[in-house]
Amino acid sequence: MTKKQKQNLIRILTSLVLFLVAALIPSDGPLRFFVFLLPYAVIGYDVLYSAALNIVHGQVFDENFLMALATVCALAIGEYPEAVAVMLFYQVGELFQDLAVSKSRKSIAELMDFRPESALLIREGVETKVLPEEVGVGETIVVKPGERIPLDGIVREGLSSIDTSALTGESRPIDIGPGESVLSGSINLSGVIKVEVTSRYEDSTVARILELVESAASKKARAERFITRFARYYTPSVVAAALLLAVVPPLLFAQDWSQWVNRALIFLVVSCPCALVISVPLSFFGGIGGASREGILIKGANYLEALSKAEIVVFDKTGTLTEGSFTVSAVHPEEGPEAELLDIAAHAESYSNHPIASSIVAAHGGEIDKSRVGEITELSGLGVRARIDERLVHVGNSKLMEQIGASGRDCDRDGTIVHIAVEDKYKGHIVISDRVKPDAEKAVSELRRLGISKTVMLTGDSRKVAEAVGSLLKIDETRSELLPDKKVAEVEKLLSEKSKSGTLVFVGDGVNDAPVLARADVGIAMGALGSEAAIEAADIVLTDDKPSKIARAIVLSRKTMRIVRQNIVFALAFKAAVLVLGAMGLASIWLAVFADVGVMVLAILNSTRTLKSKS
Amino acid sequence: MRKVYKLENLGCANCAAKMENAIRKIEGVKDASISFITQRLTIEADEDRFDDIIEKAQNVCRKIEYDCRIVG
Repeated sequence: MTKKQKQNLIRILTSLVLFLVAALIPSDGPLRFFVFLLPYAVIGYDVLYSAALNIVHGQVFDENFLMALATVCALAIGEYPEAVAVMLFYQVGELFQDLAVSKSRKSIAELMDFRPESALLIREGVETKVLPEEVGVGETIVVKPGERIPLDGIVREGLSSIDTSALTGESRPIDIGPGESVLSGSINLSGVIKVEVTSRYEDSTVARILELVESAASKKARAERFITRFARYYTPSVVAAALLLAVVPPLLFAQDWSQWVNRALIFLVVSCPCALVISVPLSFFGGIGGASREGILIKGANYLEALSKAEIVVFDKTGTLTEGSFTVSAVHPEEGPEAELLDIAAHAESYSNHPIASSIVAAHGGEIDKSRVGEITELSGLGVRARIDERLVHVGNSKLMEQIGASGRDCDRDGTIVHIAVEDKYKGHIVISDRVKPDAEKAVSELRRLGISKTVMLTGDSRKVAEAVGSLLKIDETRSELLPDKKVAEVEKLLSEKSKSGTLVFVGDGVNDAPVLARADVGIAMGALGSEAAIEAADIVLTDDKPSKIARAIVLSRKTMRIVRQNIVFALAFKAAVLVLGAMGLASIWLAVFADVGVMVLAILNSTRTLKSKS
Repeated sequence: MRKVYKLENLGCANCAAKMENAIRKIEGVKDASISFITQRLTIEADEDRFDDIIEKAQNVCRKIEYDCRIVG
């Protein structure tokens, strides 16, 4: 509790005690007025002061004014206990609201609390403690066990494991060693490491995530805009109705003044839209904060709202549903063991740094004995020619086989086929393919379970590869052989197919798909913490590269929207009911106080549920 | 260009909504948003008129909540 909050609590308690004493003292007439005036003054002096000040500034219809008016009127018609109670509960509500907001703010700050405070910099062999902002690219920092890595970089010395849970929500530690990159915000667990810094603090992962989440509140959802627009009309209308209620029946129909003023007071007490104005943004704030704890960074409440209405989910293939890295998926020798064929190919490719070559070398796994390799010639667009163990070896595509007259065999597997010939005699082939991510199938099936009406995969790859992946993952539609600019056109076609209220979500890895990310209703970039362009273009950034997080994001967004709707319906219905009952003289001022403060407290409690995201 | 400011003594959510609405109406402001929860004001406006706009925004805020201040 802050000092101000504590003071308010003391005031509330003091006033409450005075109020109880006043209620117990048998008194009437002017004495009764003064007995109740004491607790009223204690609890309401600042409200009266603000109300007066606001009127001077030409601001009517603010909470202070309404409360002041309601309670002063109550005092005027002799409803002393009610006047004190209205003010008292109003202040209780304010304090509660204050506490709830600062608590949510704090819990978000806590989960975002990976802002590094210092970095241990090595300059000319000396370790100095500096601010992360002062470290330049290329300098070396030391990170001790238990410390947070302050800046992005590459490990140069030392072995350790790191906890990246603050960034990705993944709690399993990751082993790291020299040459591997580490992200700022992760915690170094076991060993001392020296890290060469690769980006300035303001471009670091931590700084980017903080910026993203903090500015998310400025992009408001339609529901939030609706509430503020509603509030603009609601308060003046209710106050006008209160005025009519207080004046018209007594003047025109010779009714009892105090009875109708009393009814008007009920209107004044419920005229504040506070419950909604505070709880709806709080729900979105909590929803965005809760999601970010799971590695789902949502850049605005509007995107969270749009995501909850997802109807079509479009995936990019490479790097999104598949690993985006090549691996050997099959070795088909004409004769002899697979290892022998792989051995020849790996040696022939050992000097190349092409991803396909690297995947063959990686699959070989063993040591490459370069002394066995003689002259190597790269044949552009075909493959390589090499001398291995004094034999002439060709490794490459079917065109190369045709050229040297070795009759290659076709393969029914999907992927890139690398043929091998020794002394112009066909020896077999190796199939290299992009691996489907382990959770890709689950990602698609969960979306279906959530009622997403269509899943689509876009790719620049050949139809054969695309359809194989598509049917493996049970994706509804695959569209293949698309050049990057055609992907936008496809998304536009899909946009015209969806219903008016539904949204189209595009999921990519942020590489070369910025225009598509921007064109979709919701653009999701995954595993994109490293790429500034992707973070810029996307509406939602997934810190890791698991496509199953998409379904999770939709679940969280729907939960937030459900809570928002509950609050709107509950608050409006309750207030409307009290207004109707109040006009008919069936509601007491106590019920009105509950409709104001009680509803707000309940709405706030409900909205803080969005923060508790783990299910 | 877009700038973010912190708001001090922003005490009520409804006031924040009113301020946001009034700031949007200041000439030269393309977009404005106030988050009561993060106590942040985001303004998008022409760069050369920014100082003038912030001064006007400050007046708007003070009118709605007398001790509310925009800080850099």
